[in-house]
Amino acid sequence: MTCQDTGLLIHALADGELDLVNSIEIEEHLQDCRSCAQAQENIRGLRSLMKDQSLRFTPAANFEKRLRSAVRREAKEKSMPQAPWWRWSMAAASLVVVVVAVWALVVVLNRPSSDAEIAQEVVSGHVRSLMAQHLTDVPSSDQHTVKPWFDGKLDFSPPVKDLGPQGFDLKGGRLDYIENRPVAAIVYQRRQHLINVFVWPANSNSKSIAQASVRQGYNLIRWTNSGMDWWAISDLNLAELQEFVQLLQN
Amino acid sequence: MPEQSQAVRFEEIALPHLSAAYNLARWLVRNDHDAEDVVQEAYLRAFKYFGGYRGGEGRTWLLTIVRNSCYSWLQRNRARELTDSIDETQEDLALEFANPELLLLQHADAQMVRAALAELPIEFREVMVMRELEELSYKEIATIADLPIGTVMSRLARGRKRLHSLLTTRMGSETKGGVA
Repeated sequence: MTCQDTGLLIHALADGELDLVNSIEIEEHLQDCRSCAQAQENIRGLRSLMKDQSLRFTPAANFEKRLRSAVRREAKEKSMPQAPWWRWSMAAASLVVVVVAVWALVVVLNRPSSDAEIAQEVVSGHVRSLMAQHLTDVPSSDQHTVKPWFDGKLDFSPPVKDLGPQGFDLKGGRLDYIENRPVAAIVYQRRQHLINVFVWPANSNSKSIAQASVRQGYNLIRWTNSGMDWWAISDLNLAELQEFVQLLQN
Repeated sequence: MPEQSQAVRFEEIALPHLSAAYNLARWLVRNDHDAEDVVQEAYLRAFKYFGGYRGGEGRTWLLTIVRNSCYSWLQRNRARELTDSIDETQEDLALEFANPELLLLQHADAQMVRAALAELPIEFREVMVMRELEELSYKEIATIADLPIGTVMSRLARGRKRLHSLLTTRMGSETKGGVA
């Protein structure tokens, strides 16, 4: 094998892409040829320089989330039934564009939010309630005061439990706004820790078991039962928050 | 809803390759914002044609679409970058690579390598990024870039040679205190 032949093969060798026969031949050549051996060293040196992970660009932290919702939006649009004619008919095109645009907008606005989006809204609601000194609209430790207060303010009646004897004091209730609808926020306290429980009617009648997650340092537990979606959030430790959720579920 | 479950399946296949997709796009269009736009466009396009995806290597499939999206984006926005097409004739690769500059090279830092790589013509840059940063095989690169394997090999060899000489020139001028 000559230097002429090795030109590309030497790269293939460095890349581990060379077959056995050629590898043996080129390695023999490298033992005899200083300049090709030097070239081989240079390729190795360059390759190891480029192993540096900082050369890779990594996407922004929230990019995956944005991408995911763009795909979901697209999926939602695709699933709308389409009359086949409008695709082809140029005459009606402009009218159709308007109709479809409005349609798409409605779809986007009505799109059920993903759990991650709801979780984010729950965290925001919780933080807002602590920051804005607007913890409760109806401060009361009496469930028979809190529950009726929601009447006429919501189109459902949120279950309110007195868990004082179990160490979770009822502080009151508040209207909040999640997933583009008014929801009930019921506030409890254990020691210094406030717990917001957000409740609204579920889309389906199914039950789901409690799922815990952590966001921005808060513990969140969500579940569905008796036709309601429930989200509890607090800076309380997870074990006690789980105990609290069990008491609510019983 | 079938479209929803299709979205879930698509995400399972396509999202694990997001960092490879973004890295490739970012190296081709050369800024963060445009790279995000192009990757999003590519993912939506991939989702649209997902029905035609017949299994197989998800990464290759996705990166092919990402690369195509990059090229059509450049065509629309910066056609100039695509017009200086390279000369594919072979050069004597081995001999020109034989300068004993290796010791010098070891002192190059990532920033220098990045700057030099960004300067390479796109045809070399893309195969270098796919080979060295994404560690794709020649065959995968050939599929993604729609090139014969021989062309992938020669572009890679020439890209390396150019990168090497860019770096050694810079290292040389830096150690002598001169200006590149």
